Amino acid sequence: MASTQNMTLNLKIWRQKNNSSEGKLVDYRVENVSPDMSFLEMIDVLNNQLVMKGEEPIAFDHDCREGICGMCSMMIDGKAHGGYKNTTTCQVHMRLYKDGDTIVIEPFRASAFPIVKDLAVDRSAIDKVMQAGGYVTANTGNAPDANAILIPKPIADEAMDAAACIGCGACVASCPNGSGMLFMGAKVSQLALLPQGAVESPKRALNMVHTHDTLGFGNCTNHAECEATCPKGISIEHIARMNREYLKAAFTYHEKKRSEGAG
Amino acid sequence: MVTNAVNHYCRSSIGRKHLVAITGLLLCGFLVGHVSGNFLLLVGPDAFNLYAHKLVSLGALLYVIEAGLTGIFLLHLYLAIRLNLENKKSAGKYQVKKWTGRGVTIMSASMPYTGLVLLVFIILHLKNLKFGSYYPTTVDGIQMRDLYRTTMEYFRSPLNVTWYVVAMIAAALHTSHGFASAFQSLGLNHPKYYKSVKYLSYLYGILVGGGFAFISVWAYMKGV
Repeated sequence: MASTQNMTLNLKIWRQKNNSSEGKLVDYRVENVSPDMSFLEMIDVLNNQLVMKGEEPIAFDHDCREGICGMCSMMIDGKAHGGYKNTTTCQVHMRLYKDGDTIVIEPFRASAFPIVKDLAVDRSAIDKVMQAGGYVTANTGNAPDANAILIPKPIADEAMDAAACIGCGACVASCPNGSGMLFMGAKVSQLALLPQGAVESPKRALNMVHTHDTLGFGNCTNHAECEATCPKGISIEHIARMNREYLKAAFTYHEKKRSEGAG
Repeated sequence: MVTNAVNHYCRSSIGRKHLVAITGLLLCGFLVGHVSGNFLLLVGPDAFNLYAHKLVSLGALLYVIEAGLTGIFLLHLYLAIRLNLENKKSAGKYQVKKWTGRGVTIMSASMPYTGLVLLVFIILHLKNLKFGSYYPTTVDGIQMRDLYRTTMEYFRSPLNVTWYVVAMIAAALHTSHGFASAFQSLGLNHPKYYKSVKYLSYLYGILVGGGFAFISVWAYMKGV
């Protein structure tokens, strides 16, 4: 039953000074939580209370607060972003909770995501995978007329579905293996579907998978928990497409070393 | 450079995933053959013994097939164990962790455990049946092993039947995740057919696991 009146909530929040110190769940009580507040605003209220008392506020990542930046990473009651379908933490509203509820809040955890402080984790491993090939470098000269490159609508839609990934890391945090395959699959798949990206697809698949494997991410065992928690509803079909791209690339792609100059 | 590429592939997460999938599907194929053969127990001692004798009469070819099967099994086992050890290290350790109910299933979460049950089962199974008691018999004037008697004797014990049924439940759980999972691993996931593959996977688990278990219970009920 959704609340319409202000609530008092009991929170158990992970507090950890820095990466090398031990952390623990600390109990907090936050009063006057409006059901119209977002989850992050509720933490803001708590932080205000903590600051007023002279205590250290809780560190947590957040930025756009409109569900598109992928910063607000946290596990709410054991589920990434609270486990609501297609929802980031900033879009979770307090009307989903009722007066007196106890909510456990933990950081995204995976060996690839070391904790920086409290709920803030270092997700730069995701950027490193992206830097290994999540872009197009083929020199195509001036931008051609948009209508000159024909892409069927269903293909464009599918590429767009994959491009919706905001790199929040919920897939890694909720994966029982700490694998980054959904995030990586979305990028490999998106670019492989489009003519501009298809050119470098084999090299991209090889480089990104290799980088992924060396950064402490786990291996995918097809639980599909990533798909279930992805705030952008990205399907594991994109992992399947990456698996195909990787297979093709592993057995067909060969970069010839050229000694002559560019001419 | 070819060896380098293959080496790289076999060490990568996706390459190993493909190998687990391929070996798993091959083992799934073997189980279909095995359970079909077992159903000859229902036909009678002669039919079953003749079938077993035909297999043994393959001679050298049988050894090649058995060696291949053992190789496939050991590769599957090695990769799966390594996978689980690696994933244990990389997974996040939470104070509170809940599944959404839309991803992880009992089948997928229990894969390492059902796999280990199957490993123990296969070792005991080979010891008790394939290398179990040897009785000679004659069918159509040909001397052969009375594997029917060995099997029926084994299933006379309620303890053996219970263990067998437990192991077959493990097999059903393991294959009903593994079968569909192999398709996903090999990149064969498309909205056109993946739902059917998933249903087929459950059907496979129920028919194969259930088939083996049914025969063991039937043998127990029948007595010798």
